[in-house]
Amino acid sequence: MMSIQIRRVSKRFGNFLALQNIDLEISDGQLVALLGPSGSGKTTLLRIIAGLERPDEGAVLFDGKDITDVHVRHRKVGFVFQHYALFKHMTVFENIAFGLKVRKRRERPSSSEIKRTVDKLLSLVKLEGFANRYPHQLSGGQRQRVALARALAVKPRILLLDEPFGALDAKVRKELRRWLRRLHDEYRMTTVFVTHDQEEALDVADKIVIMNKGAIEQIGPPDEVYDEPASPFVYDFLGSVNLFHGRLADGKLKLKGAEIDVPGHFGASNVEAVGCVRPHQLSIEREKNGGDSFRATVQYCRSIGPDVFIELAAAESDKYVEVQLNKEEFQKLNLKKGETVFVRPREMRVFIPGH
Amino acid sequence: MKKNRSHVLPGFGLSLGFAIFYLSLIVLIPLSMVFIETAQLGWDEWFRIVTSERVIHSYKISFGTSLAAAGINAVFGLIVAWVLVRCTFPGKRLLDALIDLPFALPTAVAGITLTTLYSENGWIGQFFAPLNIKIAFTPLGITVALIFIGLPFVVRMVQPVLQNLDKEVEEAAESLGASRFQTFRKVIFPELLPALLSGFSLAFARGLGEYGSVVFIAGNMPMKTEIAPLLIMTKLEQFDYAGATAIASVMLVISFVCLILINLFQIWCRKDRLAKG
Repeated sequence: MMSIQIRRVSKRFGNFLALQNIDLEISDGQLVALLGPSGSGKTTLLRIIAGLERPDEGAVLFDGKDITDVHVRHRKVGFVFQHYALFKHMTVFENIAFGLKVRKRRERPSSSEIKRTVDKLLSLVKLEGFANRYPHQLSGGQRQRVALARALAVKPRILLLDEPFGALDAKVRKELRRWLRRLHDEYRMTTVFVTHDQEEALDVADKIVIMNKGAIEQIGPPDEVYDEPASPFVYDFLGSVNLFHGRLADGKLKLKGAEIDVPGHFGASNVEAVGCVRPHQLSIEREKNGGDSFRATVQYCRSIGPDVFIELAAAESDKYVEVQLNKEEFQKLNLKKGETVFVRPREMRVFIPGH
Repeated sequence: MKKNRSHVLPGFGLSLGFAIFYLSLIVLIPLSMVFIETAQLGWDEWFRIVTSERVIHSYKISFGTSLAAAGINAVFGLIVAWVLVRCTFPGKRLLDALIDLPFALPTAVAGITLTTLYSENGWIGQFFAPLNIKIAFTPLGITVALIFIGLPFVVRMVQPVLQNLDKEVEEAAESLGASRFQTFRKVIFPELLPALLSGFSLAFARGLGEYGSVVFIAGNMPMKTEIAPLLIMTKLEQFDYAGATAIASVMLVISFVCLILINLFQIWCRKDRLAKG
C-alpha cells in the first residue's frame, strides 16, 4: 500500500495540452476513479502515475518519494490495459508467470513457487483449469481477469487500471467491477482506475476525480460529487441535467417566460447564470400556477421500466427540456404528443460562470 | 447473411477450380516438364549426371551461399525493418522506397555493379584485399550478391507485422519488470518469428534460382564458384536439354523439401494460435 501525490503535473502532445497543472493526493488503500469524457486527460494522468508517460512539468511522488524519473519497470505498479494486452503466444499460465520469470536470478522464485503463486491467482480470478489455454480461446471477461492476475502476480503496491471494463458487455462489466471492489478490499492496495462510465465510478470508488479538458473539475466521495456538483459540467456528466441560461437578479433567475426563485444568490445582481435541474426535479402542470413555470410542448415520451422520460420544447426559447416522471404521475397527467403544458422546476442549482 | 458462412468468396467450387487450374497452368505443368524431359535419360544416365563431382559441388555452392545469404538477411533485414518502423528520421520515406530497388533492378546490372565494387581494386574490395580477403570471384562474392537480391523479402515480410504490433503489449511487459532485451526476446520476437521465417524462406528460394547477378561476381570457376543454375545454362547452350533438366530436377526436389521443412517449422511455431482468431 502506498500513497500517491501528483504535484503540478502538465503534459502536452504536440499542440494539444493533455494535462494542465494537476494536483492530486491519493491516500493509502483508496480506490479512486478518474472519471471524464474522452480527451479529458484521465488516461494520460494514469499513464504518468504508472511511468508509461513522462510529465513535461511537475512531479509524481509515491509515499512522499519523488519517482518522476523512475522507469515503469522499477515502480512496482500493476497496470491493466483496456484491451488486455495479453501475450498472445503464451498460455494463461505463462502470461501470469511472466512478471516473476523475468526477475533477476537472485530475486526469481523457484519454479514450484511460481506455480503455487499462479495457481493461487488463477483461483482468485476464477480461472482454474484454464492455465493451458491461449488468450484467443478466452472470452473478453476472462481475458481481462487474466490481465488482472498477471498484474497482481508481481505483488504491486499500486494497481492502475485503464478503462478495465470498457470493452465488455454491460452484465459482465457490472460483475467484474463488484469483484474488483472485493479484490481491492482483500488485497489492500491503492487502486486507481480510469473510466468514462459515471455509473461504474459511483458504484465502486471511494473517491471520484472528475476531469475535463486536462483539468480536475471536482474531487470527492461519490455521493458528494453526485449531490453537490461543483460545476454545470459535473452536473451534466454525472447523470442528465437540464441547463437554463438566464440572468440572475434580485434572488431570481430570469429566463425567457419564467422567473425562478433561487435563495442564496441575493448578492448577485444582473449577471449571467446557469441553472441546473435534474429531469426528476421538474414537474409538469396543466395550468400556470405562478411565475416560476414556463410553457412547453410535448415532443416525445418514452418509458424505461418504472420511469417515463418526456421531452418537451420550451415555447419561449428554442430549448428542449427533459422531464422524468414515474408511471403513475404520467398516467394521471395523460399527456399527448403536441400538447402544451407548463413545466416547473422544484429545485435548482445556479452557477455563475467564472465563479 | 450469406448462406455459406464459412467461405468469404462467392462460388467456392468455381473459385477453387479456377485456382487449381491456374496453378497447374503457371506452376505445375512447367515444373513437371522438367521431370518428363529428364526421364528420357533413364536412371543410370540421370544418376551419373547428378552425382558428377562438378554438379555436386555446384549444389553445395548454391545451397550453401543461399542459406548463408538468407540467414544474414534475416538478421539485418529485421534490423532494417525495425529502424523503418520504430525510428523517425529525415529521409525515412526515401530509404523505405530504396528497399524495393533490388526487385526492380535488372539482375545483370546488380551483378556488374557488385563485381566492380567488390573486386580487388574496387571501392569496397580494396579494403579487404590487404586482409587477404577476396570477395569477388569467391563464394563470399556470391553470398554478397544473394544478400543484395534477398533483402527486400525479409524487410517487406517483417515490416507490416512490426507495424501492427500492439504497443501496449510491450508496455505491459515493461510494467511487469521485463528489461528491454527480455521484452524483445520474450514478447516481440515470438510475434515476428513467423513473418521472419517467411521472409527467410523467400530469400532462400530466390537465392537458389538467382542467375543474373551471380554469374558476374562468381567468376564461374568449376569446382570453386560455379552455381547450379549456371551449370544448367551451360548444358542448355550445348543443347543438352535432358542433362540440364536432370540437374534442375534435383534442385527442385531439394528446394521443395527445404521449403516444406520451413513451412512445417512455421506451423509448429504457431500451432496453438492459428486454431482461431
